[in-house]
Amino acid sequence: MGKIVIDDQVMDNVEILAKLSLTGEERAQAMEKMQEILDYMEQLNTLDTDNVEPLVNLYDRGNVFRDDVIEDNDIKSEIVAGAPKQKDGQYMVPKTI
Amino acid sequence: MGIEQLSALEIGQKIKKKELTAVEAAQACFDRMDAMESEVHAFITIDRERAMAEARRVQKGIMDGTYTGPLAGVPVAVKDNICTKGVATTCASRILENYVPPYDAHVIERLKEAGAVIIGKTNMDEFAMGSTTETSAMGITRNPRNTDHVPGGSSGGSCAAVAANEVFAALGSDTGGSIRQPSAYCGVAGMKPTYGTVSRYGLIAYASSLDQIGPVGKNVADCAALLEIISGPDRRDSTCVAGESLDFSGLWEEYKISPEAVAAGLRGMRVGVPEEYFTGGIDPQIRDAVLKAADTMKAGGAIVETFSLGMTQYMIPAYYIIACAQASSNLARFDGVKYGYRTEGAGDLHDMYKKTRAQGFGWEVKKRILLGSFVLSSGYYDAYYIKALKANRLIKEAFDRAFEKYDLILAPAAPSAAPKLGTSLTDPLKMYLSDIYTVAVNLAGLPAMSMPCGQTGSLPVGLQLIGQRFKDDIVVRGAAAYEVLRGNWMASEAPSEEVKEAL
Repeated sequence: MGKIVIDDQVMDNVEILAKLSLTGEERAQAMEKMQEILDYMEQLNTLDTDNVEPLVNLYDRGNVFRDDVIEDNDIKSEIVAGAPKQKDGQYMVPKTI
Repeated sequence: MGIEQLSALEIGQKIKKKELTAVEAAQACFDRMDAMESEVHAFITIDRERAMAEARRVQKGIMDGTYTGPLAGVPVAVKDNICTKGVATTCASRILENYVPPYDAHVIERLKEAGAVIIGKTNMDEFAMGSTTETSAMGITRNPRNTDHVPGGSSGGSCAAVAANEVFAALGSDTGGSIRQPSAYCGVAGMKPTYGTVSRYGLIAYASSLDQIGPVGKNVADCAALLEIISGPDRRDSTCVAGESLDFSGLWEEYKISPEAVAAGLRGMRVGVPEEYFTGGIDPQIRDAVLKAADTMKAGGAIVETFSLGMTQYMIPAYYIIACAQASSNLARFDGVKYGYRTEGAGDLHDMYKKTRAQGFGWEVKKRILLGSFVLSSGYYDAYYIKALKANRLIKEAFDRAFEKYDLILAPAAPSAAPKLGTSLTDPLKMYLSDIYTVAVNLAGLPAMSMPCGQTGSLPVGLQLIGQRFKDDIVVRGAAAYEVLRGNWMASEAPSEEVKEAL
């Protein structure tokens, strides 16, 4: 892959994925810093990784399962109490559609 | 000398012998905080009333034989990204400023079972993202050894609190050096255990494949004692289900015999010194102090030799791609719905997410989320994230090859001593490069300890001893032996010409 350029189109997409609304100044600064860091990361391209498997899990144990049994005491009200807005034991959110 | 200068195990012993109570030990910490906190600011939350009540309860338990462990009644501090039931856990972020967890992390349960008394939550870089504790939204922490300098990070508060004698030991977390580097900067001992040794249940996640909780203490034995308590299996962390509790009883027996018996642990130990770690950007004074430590270990009977580790130029790029990618995913949960901060006056749900996160996260966190979102995005995923995971495998294999020949790898903890406050954040790449000696340990899941080995000016220099996965006991034994041979780290000489020439 050739040199990656962080342009406005890439940045529009990244902001959507990151769910962050940036000010104009922040966005310009982020683009500059990201470019600088990605340029540095280009070093990885000099590493031959043909026939190398990505390391996803250090121990290659596969998935670990346990029985789906509720063990916590009923702390629903304590959990919901931590929400910024709640009503009748439920989270409240702004209009979704 | 006041009791605040004693080690955690010494305090535990005094409490056991009834020369001191848990309440008096906690009070000594609070008195010390009164003298130090205005300058150092190691803590985000100090709940005196709760801690004193807990100290009284534990003292009763010690009297009636409920608590018999070596750290029963000993005050400890906890990094503010580890959940404590009923006590604010902020990650040093505005977005979690008011978050009070309804549950304890696994390590907190273990500390409580052991009768340790939690006296406060320590400052850190926001969400553990940073190397100076300056990205904290709760104010900076100063290095107690020289308050014009940073304590390091991200566990800067835990290390500064121990160095300032405000607490006898602390817990930190280490994703890319966040225990070892501030331990080096503050002149304390800190250990990152093997990945999977300590449960991450209740640790607010940064990069899940790299995060590990570990101890910070005034010496190696205190770290080992804490590690015995917090290690062991936990079915709530799938990487820790098969973990075994660490047992340092052999080491405790040697301590009882004599310091010489502890030092003898080094005899015949094979220690490799990666030559790449001593070239390039390392401060010559750090280089000399760390090589002096290699000399000391050799004199103590270790077989010390230099070797080429390889892969060093790929460690930082691979680390930052993997860490930022996982951070962008982990931090997606902070959306203003379930806990923490929510923006006022948002329109629809989507608008609320975006504004909440924009207002709640600091700049370093936003930058890493953006970078992480980018490297995981369609079209770039293979070129960045998968490429980094492939490099990660090769880095792990480079260490595996080294550990076929060596029991320990000896390295600096950081290429320089603690920088001055306010000089690091302007150049993020430079700050990232300061993690050169620590990040690969996380990529390979290895245990490693950082401990002081000398000084440059008023600032400590950190030595790092790295072991093979699940050989935490060898790291601790080697570090304990070196500590005895080293003696007072505040006095140090240059390494021998022989060692310098060998490189």
